[in-house]
Amino acid sequence: MSVQVHLPAVLSRLTDGRRTLDLDGNTVGEIVNEASTRYPGLAPRLKDEQGEPYAFVTYYLNDDDIRIRDGFRTSVQDGDELTIVPAIAGG
Amino acid sequence: MSNEIGLTKQEVHRYSRHLLLPEVGVEGQQKLKAASVLLVGAGGLGSPIALYLAAAGVGHLGIVDFDVVDESNLQRQVLHGTRDVGRPKLDSARARIADVNPHVDVTTYETRLTSSNALQILRGYDIVIDGTDNFATRYLTNDACVLLGIPNVYGSIFRFEGQVSVFATRTGPCYRCLFRQPPPPGLVPSCAEGGVLGVLPGTIGTLQATEAIKLLLGIGQPLIGRLLLYDALSLRFRTVNLRKDPNCPACGTHEIRELIDYDQFCGVTTEAPGDEIPEIAPAELAVRLERGDDLDLIDVRELNEWQIARIDAARLVPLATLPTAFSSIDPERDVIVHCKSGGRSANAVRQLRAAGFRRVWNLTGGIERWNREVNAS
Repeated sequence: MSVQVHLPAVLSRLTDGRRTLDLDGNTVGEIVNEASTRYPGLAPRLKDEQGEPYAFVTYYLNDDDIRIRDGFRTSVQDGDELTIVPAIAGG
Repeated sequence: MSNEIGLTKQEVHRYSRHLLLPEVGVEGQQKLKAASVLLVGAGGLGSPIALYLAAAGVGHLGIVDFDVVDESNLQRQVLHGTRDVGRPKLDSARARIADVNPHVDVTTYETRLTSSNALQILRGYDIVIDGTDNFATRYLTNDACVLLGIPNVYGSIFRFEGQVSVFATRTGPCYRCLFRQPPPPGLVPSCAEGGVLGVLPGTIGTLQATEAIKLLLGIGQPLIGRLLLYDALSLRFRTVNLRKDPNCPACGTHEIRELIDYDQFCGVTTEAPGDEIPEIAPAELAVRLERGDDLDLIDVRELNEWQIARIDAARLVPLATLPTAFSSIDPERDVIVHCKSGGRSANAVRQLRAAGFRRVWNLTGGIERWNREVNAS
């Protein structure tokens, strides 16, 4: 399944400036692993040491928070969009 | 609606473009006049919020801030002007609002919002607008709003991106439903460290003001249960769904019954015993560089900060890329890490120590203190 991943600007420094990545996988976790393999600097920003999502980074598969689905085990469909939303505090 | 909040002839003229809107009308304008809105922060977001709510005729604005106007604020904080540099932001805010709309009452709170004063300050306001610049105050504002049952119009910005939502309504989610915990300190740079496009808080703050007015008027579909994401570079707005988390300690299980220590919650306080960050003072580093000690001085700021000013002996490894640079660090050499003022580099020292590097020190006070104490002498 090919999924388009939207990264926030704060993480795009770790992806040679790329803000969207087209990645393959069957679950959100596989997509995140694929991103981490391709850009190793991303890995510690996307998942904790247990490989689970942080409490301060929210993942949206299309319009929905993956926490109300199966977290990283949520299955993806071809053409889905995964949006990564980190906590920011500026004002 | 009592007669006290009726509109004068002058106000009818002033608000005539509102009165023409069926969704506002005289009744709506009277609601705005009767309303009290508290702004937490009179900075980048607070500026357009204060200006537009005042212009719109919100009758009472409260503003919490304890900062003074700095020249570097003026690139985005349009509530303050060049003549206000050095003046408390609340003073310039009050003067500017009085000029925009003398019919608005302003209450100012020249204090940092804390666990001991937040409930007292927020109580009685119809809406709270979160325009702060740090995680601790955001969680504090959220929890106080949940405890008091006051809607919290949230906005947050970083570089070219912003987030907006409406939290803590009777049925909707709160900030903790979105982000259960803050990131560890230093992971997400502040605008002072990472920069921010000056017009960005204009966009986000104006959306917050819009949401506040919709809530006060009871019109439209406010951003309850939705999070708006804005990216100025691609000019893309995206709205995603937020759900009220039944396990949220603030609005779900209600296990948060009183305000906590938010600095501690956000890890802002000093290290626990046994986990101290080894520090080196700028003067000592200067001596070591002078005598030619073999050390690796790493600047973990961003490239653009490096381009503005740097310590000659340093090499640049922005904090976010640090894990990818571990292989370039010799564990036998002394490693000294610095940033602007010592926060991000403390995080870097922690990461390096966790990765097994033992000879690592944090430059106390960062390049700011270096410039004051070494460069200036």
